Amino acid sequence: MPNSPSRQGGGARAHLQRWLPKLVLSPSFVLVLFFVYGFILWTTYISFSNSGMLPDYSWAGLRQWSRLWNSWTWGIALHNIWVFGLLYIVSCITLGLLLAILLDQRIRAEGALRTIYLYPMALSFIVTGTAWQWFLNPGLGLEKTMHELGWTSFSFNWLINSEMAIYTIVIAAVWQATGFIMAMFLAGLRGIDGEMIKAAQIDGAPTWKIYLRIIIPQLRPVFLSAVVVLAHLAIKSFDLIVAMTGGGPGNSTAVPATFMYSYAFSRNEMGIAAASAVFMLAVIAALIIPYLYSELRESRS
Amino acid sequence: MSAAPPTARAGTLSRAILYAILAVFAIIYLMPLYVMLTTSFKTLDEIHQGNMLALPSNWTIQPWLEAWGSACIGLECNGVHGYFFNSIRIVVPAVLISGLLGAFNGYVLTKWRFRGHKIVFGLILFSCFIPFQIILLPMARVLGILHVANSTTGLVLVHIVYGIGFTTLFFRNYYETFPNELIRAAQLDGAGFFTIFFRILLPASTPIIVVTIIWQFTNVWNDFLFGVSFASGDSAPITVALNNLVNSSTGVKAYNVNMAAAMVAAVPTLIVYILAGKYFLRGLMSGSVKG
Repeated sequence: MPNSPSRQGGGARAHLQRWLPKLVLSPSFVLVLFFVYGFILWTTYISFSNSGMLPDYSWAGLRQWSRLWNSWTWGIALHNIWVFGLLYIVSCITLGLLLAILLDQRIRAEGALRTIYLYPMALSFIVTGTAWQWFLNPGLGLEKTMHELGWTSFSFNWLINSEMAIYTIVIAAVWQATGFIMAMFLAGLRGIDGEMIKAAQIDGAPTWKIYLRIIIPQLRPVFLSAVVVLAHLAIKSFDLIVAMTGGGPGNSTAVPATFMYSYAFSRNEMGIAAASAVFMLAVIAALIIPYLYSELRESRS
Repeated sequence: MSAAPPTARAGTLSRAILYAILAVFAIIYLMPLYVMLTTSFKTLDEIHQGNMLALPSNWTIQPWLEAWGSACIGLECNGVHGYFFNSIRIVVPAVLISGLLGAFNGYVLTKWRFRGHKIVFGLILFSCFIPFQIILLPMARVLGILHVANSTTGLVLVHIVYGIGFTTLFFRNYYETFPNELIRAAQLDGAGFFTIFFRILLPASTPIIVVTIIWQFTNVWNDFLFGVSFASGDSAPITVALNNLVNSSTGVKAYNVNMAAAMVAAVPTLIVYILAGKYFLRGLMSGSVKG
């Protein structure tokens, strides 16, 4: 790696050349320090203050935090994110891996199929939510269509059923993200060394056994990346829920992201909103920091 | 690597099953888009009577005209076109500026390394992963202090700041593989910091520029959280307008108009994806998964 240019040439120009790289980087660095780390500190402080509609910098200790943990809605939100996150991650990975393996069998129309599986990723969650809200509309959508087709006992009202609504969000979210996970696995599959597989084929091992014993274990890094990406998307999930159910019926599809938004902007309870945001950050940081650390370390060697 | 080539007759049946499964998935993936598109060309009467999966019996572009020009969003009945142009006004500068900053950052972090460059990169990179809820409250205040709250300018600023992480990551990973010998040779010839960047690195950067532009374009275009938090009213982006249109509780629900509006919001990113998806995927796979 070339380091700062020669130090022997003195003068203003050489001096400038030496500082130029840092000078060019500094606006971004300052923006990130202020708008990311400065803001994190501010929000964290607010979560320990008396802030309501306006910021109030008087120290309140754990008051907002205890209000948060005693909140009924927050309990629902945590329960939902757990259910949603788990189902979302498991389904996306299972389906994504399955599609990747199927597409890896020298499929004729691979390019076209890949495009079809992947396009939902290009759409905004608001568009996706609008489409699925319509598709699952109990009066007019899938249910009515099935009745028209002669299946009159068919019923699907999950969207307006407070017990089941969260699962409709899982369906839409999985539909949107599977293609991307498939692409990650496909890239992983294409990168696997063929020697061991050839050897196993010569030994007469059936294809499924080769996948189970040799190929899938080698995809471990892809699994890790997929879990990190999906967990992060799940915790951030906001748009899809707003578009599909608005957090309802009642509070039945509330998640931490919608909880935070409503306390921050509709209920004017800055302190609780800040505490819930800090909690979300803490969960993501616990996931991401070890991951980033290991990735950055690897690139050194 | 590709798995075992199918041999003998046993293969024919399993190939047929394989294609059948893939086709079923393709149908499932296309269904919502198909329903959205066909609904947008139906009359409301037909929607209430008919089958969701049927093609329109009377094709009409009325819902599209209404969605574009006269549907009511809040109290205004001018359709989504104004919000569509808001999104364009936000996307173009946000993508260009965050992309340029990312390119410079990637260049410095790989070719002009200094003590602590890894920490700087790690700090910038982490900003890609924060839940944005953590910055909503202070950002709302800062935008107010800067007098850019409820404006597209404010949203441009927000998207630049939180785009830097990804653009830096993309360019940094790309320039990491760029041969250092070329840089060194240029330095010996007396080329300076900017000359090396504009004459040597930038001309070789087309693939990563494409990836960065597509990534940033889709992210900024599809954003809803920042839009709804910082830009209510006239300056809202298309996603916020669409949500207000669809989830407004007043009046008869015009599903056909809603679907046409959703298509308007979806078309730009769909076009980008269909035209450049291949490069995007290739770049993304080689770039973002590895640190």
